[in-house]
Amino acid sequence: MDTFVQQLINGLVLGSIYALVALGYTMVYGILELINFAHGEVTMMGALVALAVIGGLLGQGVALPGLVIVLIGLGVAIAACMLLGFAIERIAYRPLRRAPRLTALITAIGMSIVLQNVAMLIWGKQYITFPDVLPLARFEAGGITINALQIAIVLLSCVLMAGLWFLVQRTGFGRAMRATAQSPELAGLMGINSNHVISITFVLGAALAAIAGVMVAAYYTQAHYYMGFLLGLKAFTAAVLGGIGNIAGAMLGGLLLGILESLGAGYIGDLTGGFLGSHYQDVFAFFVLIGVLVFRPSGLLGERVGERA
Amino acid sequence: MTLSRVCMMIFASAVATVLTACGRASVCDKPDVVCIGSGAPLTGPQAHLGKDNDNGVRLAIEELNAQGVTLGGKKVRLEVVSEDDQADPKSGTIVAQKLVDTHVKGVVGHLNSGVSIPTSKIYSDNGIPQISPSATAVKFTAQGLKTTFRVMANDSQQGKVLGEFAVKKMGGKKIAIIDDRTAYGQGLADEVEKSVKASGGQVVAREYSSDQSKDFFAILTSIKSKNPDVIFFGGMDPQAGPMVKQMHTLGLKAKFLGGDGAQTAEFLKLAGKDAEGVTASLPGLPLASMPGGSVFKKNFNAKYGEIQNYAPYAYDAAMTLVDAMKRAGSSDPSKYLPELARTQRDGVTGPINFDEKGDVKAATITLYRVKNGKWEIVDVVHSGADKK
Repeated sequence: MDTFVQQLINGLVLGSIYALVALGYTMVYGILELINFAHGEVTMMGALVALAVIGGLLGQGVALPGLVIVLIGLGVAIAACMLLGFAIERIAYRPLRRAPRLTALITAIGMSIVLQNVAMLIWGKQYITFPDVLPLARFEAGGITINALQIAIVLLSCVLMAGLWFLVQRTGFGRAMRATAQSPELAGLMGINSNHVISITFVLGAALAAIAGVMVAAYYTQAHYYMGFLLGLKAFTAAVLGGIGNIAGAMLGGLLLGILESLGAGYIGDLTGGFLGSHYQDVFAFFVLIGVLVFRPSGLLGERVGERA
Repeated sequence: MTLSRVCMMIFASAVATVLTACGRASVCDKPDVVCIGSGAPLTGPQAHLGKDNDNGVRLAIEELNAQGVTLGGKKVRLEVVSEDDQADPKSGTIVAQKLVDTHVKGVVGHLNSGVSIPTSKIYSDNGIPQISPSATAVKFTAQGLKTTFRVMANDSQQGKVLGEFAVKKMGGKKIAIIDDRTAYGQGLADEVEKSVKASGGQVVAREYSSDQSKDFFAILTSIKSKNPDVIFFGGMDPQAGPMVKQMHTLGLKAKFLGGDGAQTAEFLKLAGKDAEGVTASLPGLPLASMPGGSVFKKNFNAKYGEIQNYAPYAYDAAMTLVDAMKRAGSSDPSKYLPELARTQRDGVTGPINFDEKGDVKAATITLYRVKNGKWEIVDVVHSGADKK
């Protein structure tokens, strides 16, 4: 039983990270009907920038507690990713606002490749280790182990998701976001600057991605120029699972996907009598995607995309 | 597009092709130059090991050139042609073909068993002798090809020693085995499983990952429920490092045992504090006990810095290739291949003589443990012709 709970905890942590990245995909799709394939790479950039800052500070021998150094790295990463998100939208997507959907999609894939290669040129192809500076208190109870980092990830994700939900549902700007998602033209008639709203949506998504990136780097203690690819695909799957365009759906989809993946990898060997092994872990996410698209294409909570002529 | 545009493009691409083809082949086709190919991952997570191998070859070639090499009465100059196989079988085969087309006379490569096995076919088809400094999968020399050799003991030895060590010396009654599904990791894990069972241990779990994964929480949690004493991992240090860290995060009290893929300086960096107490094996004698070990270490450190793992073997592989050429009096692969098979020389790593499959006859396995952040020798197990 305790193994099951432990797998659930693993899944919850993984799911929280997926949820944060899925939010970026879902918000952009809700407003622009565009799958921002470059979003996974923004997460990767956040992780690498933070690691560069943390490594730099440690290299200089700055006498600050480890947690503070990580938070400074996180802050710089968030700022950098917000800038990156804004730039991507302005350079790659805004000129294609009136173009066919396929064009924007291909551009997004191209942007993803560009970002991967930029990261490879700057940081090289090797794995970069997250320095051992975080205080990692461990709590054990009845065969279940949880450490401070895992708790921090889950809590921080909850706070951020609650904050985003509040922003979208209860503030004026959130109303503007929802209006633009429903219909940019009508929103424009109501006095909402849709370009402004779209830019801020990208920036918000990128900020969340940066935080998710640093979480991944800290949790797996390494970052790599290619780490965003699979993470982005799975987060996109999570967004589709919950209902694309639906913010609550992205959160639910992310958590569910993380738990499914964790339980799946843990129990697949026993379930299939050794026929399928735990190296099929990554496959679960995509089985889920296929299943969702076949049986419930609008996702668990229903998709939320605007009416467009 | 207009006709003239098309013509221009064809002309330009033809010129480009000719120019690129020219540069490479010319050096190795000169009559007084002998090119030795070196295939290893020079970029990517295993680049530190690949560059190490490459530097071992370079050190050998530099020393030989300084002494002066004469083949069949003619003085020749040795050149190293390095190619990056990215530890990926797909890139490896492309690289192997490139080396063959560059007219190298022998290859030291590749680092990974998973790359050495597919490339061995290409080298064999073209008659180019290939000595691997570090591929330990049994299949590499078991294919019946005449051009494959290795200077490191293979996994049937390494797996046997690891399994016995786990059960008899580490108190492992219940053992969990993880492998990364590569030719090397899977092969070694299978050998360890056989050996554990033969020594009276029980294999309580067999889990798998890949050579790209970094999330082992699910499989480690599943293993934790089976309460093993020892966890063995067949794979390389980019996975072994994070795996040990995640074991610690989950509060797994089992001891970690790895093969030669984990016995590296980079592993200590990747695993940090959690490397303490980890045991891993490396085929061959410890560097300090190697006949030419201390001299090699001094020369290597002076030029290339710290030794990662397999550099002495790459050095020996290169030296053995040239030694066979000297004895045959020619760098022509068809002429020196029979001499290579008959090699009887003392290398830096120990006596080098090959059996009929191309495996080196001496088979020592050294076991190391991490104490105070450094690898320390725990046991040296002799077998094969090396037994004294």
